[in-house]
This record gives sequence, C-alpha cells and structure tokens, in this order.
Amino acid sequence: MNQTLLEVQNVKKYFPMPSRLFSRKKEFVKAVDGVSFTVNRGETLSIVGESGCGKSTTGRMIMKLLDITEGKVIFEGQDITDMTDDQIRPLRKEFQMVFQDPYASLNPRLTIKEILEEPLIVHNFNKDNRSQRVTELLETVGLSRYHADRYPHEFSGGQRQRIGIARALAVNPKLIIADEPVSALDVSIQSQVLNLMKDLQEEYGLTYVFIAHDLSVVEHISDRVGVMYLGRLVELASRDALFGKPLHPYTKALLSAVPIPDPTVKRERIILKGDIPSPANPPSGCTFHTRCPFAQETCKLKVPEFREIESNHYVACHFAEELEEN
Amino acid sequence: MVDLKVSNKEAYYQQTLENTPSKTPFAEFWRKFKKQKLAFVSFFFVVFLILMAFIGPFITPYDITEPDYENVLSGPSAKHWAGTDAYGRDIFSRVLAGTQISLYVGLTSVLLGAIGGTFLGIVAGYYGKRIDSLIMRMCDVLLAFPGILLAIGIIAILGPGLGNVIIAVAIFSVPMFARIVRSSTLAVKSTLYIEATKSIGTRPKRIIWKHIFPGTVSSIIVYFTMRIGSAILTAASLSFLGLGAQPPSPEWGAMLSGGRDYLNIAPHVTIFPGIAIFVTVLAFNLLGDGLRDALDPKIKE
Repeated sequence: MNQTLLEVQNVKKYFPMPSRLFSRKKEFVKAVDGVSFTVNRGETLSIVGESGCGKSTTGRMIMKLLDITEGKVIFEGQDITDMTDDQIRPLRKEFQMVFQDPYASLNPRLTIKEILEEPLIVHNFNKDNRSQRVTELLETVGLSRYHADRYPHEFSGGQRQRIGIARALAVNPKLIIADEPVSALDVSIQSQVLNLMKDLQEEYGLTYVFIAHDLSVVEHISDRVGVMYLGRLVELASRDALFGKPLHPYTKALLSAVPIPDPTVKRERIILKGDIPSPANPPSGCTFHTRCPFAQETCKLKVPEFREIESNHYVACHFAEELEEN
Repeated sequence: MVDLKVSNKEAYYQQTLENTPSKTPFAEFWRKFKKQKLAFVSFFFVVFLILMAFIGPFITPYDITEPDYENVLSGPSAKHWAGTDAYGRDIFSRVLAGTQISLYVGLTSVLLGAIGGTFLGIVAGYYGKRIDSLIMRMCDVLLAFPGILLAIGIIAILGPGLGNVIIAVAIFSVPMFARIVRSSTLAVKSTLYIEATKSIGTRPKRIIWKHIFPGTVSSIIVYFTMRIGSAILTAASLSFLGLGAQPPSPEWGAMLSGGRDYLNIAPHVTIFPGIAIFVTVLAFNLLGDGLRDALDPKIKE
C-alpha cells in the first residue's frame, strides 16, 4: 500500500483585490504562495503560523472549498485539483473537515440528528440504518442517544465540537482536516477534544491535517509540523526535530514565545520587530527578511529554496546551516 | 498538556440536558411573541378577520345587493347598524361580506408575489454573478415605478377586474420579496455551516432547500404579513378608481368610491368601509412588527 495519502504540490491561492476605478492593473492578495507537502497514512501533520499566514486557506483548498489558483492536490493518487463538484462528490467521503468555530459550523435550525444524517444522506447511506449510525456516532464522541433530538444551542462549545467531529466521522473518512478545532474552546475542554481526536485516530486509523496556532496543542498531537509564514512553508520537520532543533529563525522566534511553566528557567526570547507584511505586497526575496534578526543582503534579493537540510527536515532559509553553527 | 476531568460547565450542561425538555425554535418564538401585547391582539384580530372571510357572507343581516329604495342613505340606527348607502343597501352587511374579497385579494396577490420573489431572490443570492445582476436590475426597474402606477399600467394591459388586480399587486410585490430574500440568502450563504455542508459534498439543491430556504423563512413571514396590509390598500385604491372590483361587489374600495358623492350628506357611507380598511391594514402591520421582533434572533427581550 502506498504510504502517501495526500500530496500538495506547490499550491497557490491568489485573491483578486477589488480593482480601483480607472486602474487597469489587477492586484492580488497572495494568501498562499507555493506550498508543498505530503501527508502519510495514519499520521498527524500540523500546520502552524500566525493569523493571516494562509494556513486555513491551505486547508480549504485541500477540501476544494476554494478554487486553487495554481498547483496540484493529489489525494490517493488522484489529482483532484480540476475536478468538478460532481466528480469530486464521491471522493468527499474520504476526506472531511472539522471547523474552528463550533458555534457557527452547525446549522442552528437543525437537530443534531439531522446534522449528523446529512453526510449519510448525501453519500447514500442505507436508509434503515441511519438513526442507528447517528446513535453510534454520538456515542463514539462521548455523547448520548438522547442528544439527537436537541438543537445546537443547547450544547456547550466542547460538546458542539464533538458533534462537529462526529459529523466528519459519519462517512468513515480517511483524512480529516481540522482547522483550528480547539482554538475556540476553553483550555480545560481543549485537552478533552484533543484526546478524543487522538483516540479516534488510533481506533479508525485516521490521518489528520491539523491547522493550529497554539504550539503546545501542536506539540501534543502532531507527528510532523509545518510552519507557515506569509503564504509559504518555511520549515517542515518531525515534531521532535522541530521543537528540539528548529532551523528557521521564524520557527525559533515562535518557539521562544511559548511560555514554560517553570519560573526558574531563564531563556532568551527572540522578539520579532514590526508586523507581518501585507500579503498583497509581500517583501522581495525571503518574505521574512523584514523581521529576521539575521537578515543579510542576499535575503532581500533571492527567494530561499525549500531544501532538505537533514533527512525529512525542510527549511527555507539561505543561512540555516550557519545559524545552526553559531 | 494536563488531562482534566469533565469540567463543571460540561457537567452542568449534561445535567440540564437530561432534565429539561428540548426547546424547539417554535416554542422559543411563541414565548417571545406572546410578550408583544399589541401584536398578540392583532394576531387574534387577524384570526377573527379570516373567520369572518369564511362565514361573513352567510351571516349578513340583509341581502348585500338587493336595493331598498325606502331606506336610501339613512344613518346608523338599531335597524341598520352602519346605515345604508345610496341604494338603501345595509352597509354593515356589505362591509362584513367585503372582508372575504379584501383578504382574498391581499393573501393571494402577496402569496403569488412571495413565491416569485423568493424563487428569484434565492437564485440571485445563491448563484450570484451575472444571473444576480440580471435579476436585481430587473427588480430595480420594477421598483422605479410608483407601485400604484405600475398596477394601473398592468391593468391597462390586462383590463379591469379583481383577478387582474391580484396579478398587478403580485407583480409589484415580486421585486421587494426578491430583494429581501436575496439579502438573507447572502447572509445564510456566508455562514460556516453552509461551508461545512459543502465540504460534505451536499448538492446545491439540497443546500438551498435544507439550509438556505429555512434560513430566509423568518424574513419572508415578516414581510409577507406587512405586505398583505399594503396589498389590501392597493387593491382598495384600484377598486376606488374603478379598475378593480366592479359594482355591485361589496369591495371596500368600491364602496368608498360609491359613497364619494354623498360625503356631505351621508358620511357614514364612506366612513365604515374606510374604518374596515384602516383597521385591517393596521392589524396586519402591527402583526408584522411583532413577528419581526419575535423572529429576529438579534433582538433579545
């Protein structure tokens, strides 16, 4: 069996900016500007980055909720990039999505039963077994049968997110794209939902693409981690390699911002200057050079290649090796 | 990360969920609606009107078309509660019988307009782009005409008569419904739960029926109710102008028109049908206001 489940090849998403009157030049916001990675069966790949770096956009492109401007998304060897809605429909039961906001992702006018039945109806699941399947799903995510006739507003955030996960599981997908599934939840509930997701992964052999900005969450759940900055992947490595030995200056800065629950530990914090540049007008060369403490002349001119420095450790920085030595 | 036990909040929800019966959206609506005193009264008045529309013609004390030349233009009395008109016909009986006509015209014309407008609005809002511009520009053109003028124009083409009044009122209700439904379609379409259903692979037809349309229903109901009032008014105006119901039909607008010549000597001939129109339109408008307040989730007590 092929180990690769999902392959993302150099995908780009440019959003056209509203054109100004009399101006003929079309401008674009480069939300995602050439991202490539592969996801293996059964693993959890996390994508982290600041808000606005294009991580959610990437997730939505994989789901084909957004048109892909350029590049390819290959799922189980099938190129889904240019498929029409009708062509992709049967494939959709293989990959599902869990959304960030559990308050908005469930239709307030439908009961939980109706919400969970929808994927079953869409994918022609046997009619007689539907309500049994709904009960099964509710129990899988730690809810009960009597919840089925309730409306979403009667549940807490954590419970709603469980319902969101149950909906994604309904058609037995192979891949789940989780777009910040816990960032809208209380910290105490976050761990519950994360552990539920881990348990489900073991039980059903799921593959996750986990989009997040909370590094402690990412460290808890991932096998591999990709770091995005301004629409590009700057570093991609296994969790231990990335957290233990980050190579890109941006990753280093991010990691230094994670609080350590021990007041005696002293460490150097790298504080980045300025804001993220606008993706409508990204800096030349390495997009990070405006904020990078180690930036040199080359960084302004040349776009760094996304290279494999150590085995399975990819970095987009001209001076990754030199920085490591110092 | 520390693994915490089920927090108090979750436990609380767990408990309350098991003990309380499920609150359906309708129960929630009814609870809010009952608090609107004026609208609640209007609701019962409208129910009463509908009842009258069905049984009114059968319980009139006098024949509504038979002239009685002994009793021409007599004022309100114990015998004729609202007096008689220029042909000696009992005005109370005629107003009672006219309820049916006004409600029928109001309801059917708005219903037709609502069906057409909802369809166009959902198509425009959901599919967007060129079809949206096409539909909305057509609506703009229709809205650029003053309503009554448009209706007169339509009747000029179709010819006078109550059936054509219904068509005319329906046609100029369409663009307003289309606008309102389009805007709620756009609001619902941009919600996350629509994106969630799309990610499941739901077909557009199902998305529209199961998610978009139910999301627009509350604004349709509110506007529908309010629109009935103005439709009744327009129908009465057209009849007053002689373009709608023809005499001897006891249509309220036609009755106003018939009493116009005797305004000085017998004002009751116009006053009573006038009051009927006024109260009916007011009731529908108040009901519409109350429904809006009860259905709008943004308005909290």
